[in-house]
Amino acid sequence: MAEHYSSFQRGGTRWLLQRVTAVFLIGVLAFHFFLLHFVNHASEITFAGTAVRMSQVGYFATMWLFLVTATFHGVNGVYNALINQGLEGTRKNAVKWLLVLASLLLVAQGTRVAIAMTNLV
Amino acid sequence: MSHSYDRGFIEDFGRWREFSAGMWAWIFHKFTGWVLIGYLFTHIAVLSTATASDPAVYTDTLQGLEALVIVRFLEVGLLAVAVFHILNGVRLLFVDLGVGLEAQDRSFYASLVLTGAITVASVPTFVGGVLA
Repeated sequence: MAEHYSSFQRGGTRWLLQRVTAVFLIGVLAFHFFLLHFVNHASEITFAGTAVRMSQVGYFATMWLFLVTATFHGVNGVYNALINQGLEGTRKNAVKWLLVLASLLLVAQGTRVAIAMTNLV
Repeated sequence: MSHSYDRGFIEDFGRWREFSAGMWAWIFHKFTGWVLIGYLFTHIAVLSTATASDPAVYTDTLQGLEALVIVRFLEVGLLAVAVFHILNGVRLLFVDLGVGLEAQDRSFYASLVLTGAITVASVPTFVGGVLA
């Protein structure tokens, strides 16, 4: 019998959302890495080039969704890893809200940066 | 079939010699996950130079970082971490669907080999311009 290792309790909402975001991220992370290292070389990136890409509605929306899903997937993963380490009670609650705050700040700043890179707004 | 498995003290890394392939996959997935979320925060911080009033701040920061050999090698490391997390993530999705459970150890080894191959193949692209 194969052994199952996961930091998540199967069947919960956090478990499901982690899987749903994973499916999206598999494609978008690979696309992001490929586009910005193998098609456009990172060393040749300029603000003008970034602005051209980010000013396309579809690309902008994909990158913004990438930010939101990656933040959720990463922070949710950290939270579950910490619970798996034995985090409980008040400390668990404190960590949860700290991670929620960090996520909101990251998404807010990421959105600000994304808007600064585009002429869409 | 539902099956619960007593993993004992999961985080007791002193038992590492007893770890099976599935346990190593779990540890590597966790480690690469920590690296990726750490990188995401760093990435947004660096890209925040785009909010400066002078666009040259963004261009100069990115090109300045890319001129450093250490940054190119860190990028190779980041690719390795991302590729493993993606491949093992696909493996985990299949495990969760109950597909290929009997091959979960072999699919972990395949993830490692494929990560190694993709990483090695990417080195010329990453070091281009600073070493080659």
